[in-house]
Amino acid sequence: MSKSATYGMAVDTRRCVGCSACVLACKTENNVPDGYARRWVTQITEGRFPDLTMKVWSDCCQHCTDAPCVQSCPTGASHHEDVFDTVQVDRDLCTGCKACIASCPYGARFVHPEGFVDKCTLCAHRLGAGETTACAGVCPTSAIVVGDLDDPNSDISQLLRARHHSVQKPEAGTQPRFFLVE
Amino acid sequence: MNLPLMLQHVEVMSTRANHGIDPHMHIWGWEIPVYLFLGGLAAGLIILGALASLRNRTEQDATQANLAPLFVLPVLAIGMTALFLDLSYKVHVFRFYTAFKVTSPMSWGSWILLFVGAGAVFSAAAALLRHPYTRETALAKMGLVKWAATFAEKHRAVLARFNIGFGLALGIYTGVLLSGFSARPFWNSGILGPLFLVSGASTAAALLALLTNNHGEHERLIRLDLALVGTELTLLGLWIIGLLTHGAPTKEAASLILGGAYTAPFWGLVVIAGLLVPATLEIQALRKRWAETPVAPILVLLGGLALRFVMVSAGQSVGF
Repeated sequence: MSKSATYGMAVDTRRCVGCSACVLACKTENNVPDGYARRWVTQITEGRFPDLTMKVWSDCCQHCTDAPCVQSCPTGASHHEDVFDTVQVDRDLCTGCKACIASCPYGARFVHPEGFVDKCTLCAHRLGAGETTACAGVCPTSAIVVGDLDDPNSDISQLLRARHHSVQKPEAGTQPRFFLVE
Repeated sequence: MNLPLMLQHVEVMSTRANHGIDPHMHIWGWEIPVYLFLGGLAAGLIILGALASLRNRTEQDATQANLAPLFVLPVLAIGMTALFLDLSYKVHVFRFYTAFKVTSPMSWGSWILLFVGAGAVFSAAAALLRHPYTRETALAKMGLVKWAATFAEKHRAVLARFNIGFGLALGIYTGVLLSGFSARPFWNSGILGPLFLVSGASTAAALLALLTNNHGEHERLIRLDLALVGTELTLLGLWIIGLLTHGAPTKEAASLILGGAYTAPFWGLVVIAGLLVPATLEIQALRKRWAETPVAPILVLLGGLALRFVMVSAGQSVGF
């Protein structure tokens, strides 16, 4: 099957309240083992009291365009899948060498208790069925937006056109497809 | 109110607490440093053995020519066992050899190890039949070993060049494996390839100096080791300069060995005990001021091991 889209995720930091519903929805949907998380909440507080600013967002694998995990994987287990161009781990090819974990600037991967390396799949199984991701589906403030970055009419493309946004650790040169909307 | 940047405070909190990832990455234990050390040692041994063979010095430098090739396979086997033990999905180990990924240093390393192993089998067979202690053993009398030894002797120059090429590749790879991770500023330096190669060659020269009972060969190996230790010190200096001058993340990484948690092991075990002290002992022995001592090469070997432990452990603790 040829690549039909380039999926990404945006989190509206003005809507996100850090409730962790997305974290639990992800764990339930993907059967993530206890003590591990494919998704988490990050909170940054900047400034000096009383002049403080706080930003909260739901965080995960950045599904980078220039993904160092894909480049460093010796077996091709870490790869961009063909349909949505998201970064996936093929468990049948993974040796558990952990090169991908060392190469990820975002700490998004971990060794699953069964031995293979695990991370966010952007709920590729749900996208394939025409649904959105579990995290976006459960978010009570609609802060998480998932969609095709190649489609100018998708919700994510319109949001990114309309609002100022940034990526995390741009200096890593990975061209993330995970955007923080401010 | 806009505060000066240095008065700004930033506090990052995360609900993530993944084992081996938080609060800082710790995915590699003792296995990887041991593998990198033994890989470098094997690279050094196969290069030194091939050089002696290429220069027809099987008599004058008998340990280098005949014993070094015999050590390569066992050293590689132990190193690769350590690597295997590190894998968290061991049943898929064969997957390294069902693909070649040009962008993955680890993939290059897997295939380089295979070629080094092949070259080592032939050079070991030839050495087995040359060495007076081993040529009468049952192993040396096996048909396959004799065939491999005959083949190796017939193509001695080609095999030596093959072993030097893949030995260099293996030695450099042990450093590139780490330096290829751009997300790890402590490792992300092109110096690591040559540094680990030189360190591996130095440990190989030290091991052979320990094993030889020929005074002339011992002196030549010690002189070689001194040159390699000097080069290693220079490369370490260049690496630290690079860390201090390549931006904030690498500067923070440098602080680990410049006052931080790894200062004592790096300067104490790697630089002083592993390089400066043995170099002083070797220089004084060459000048006939102090007696020759096995302490110097033993320290070089332990220093090489300490370098890998410090590098692997410290490098994991810092990221972007």
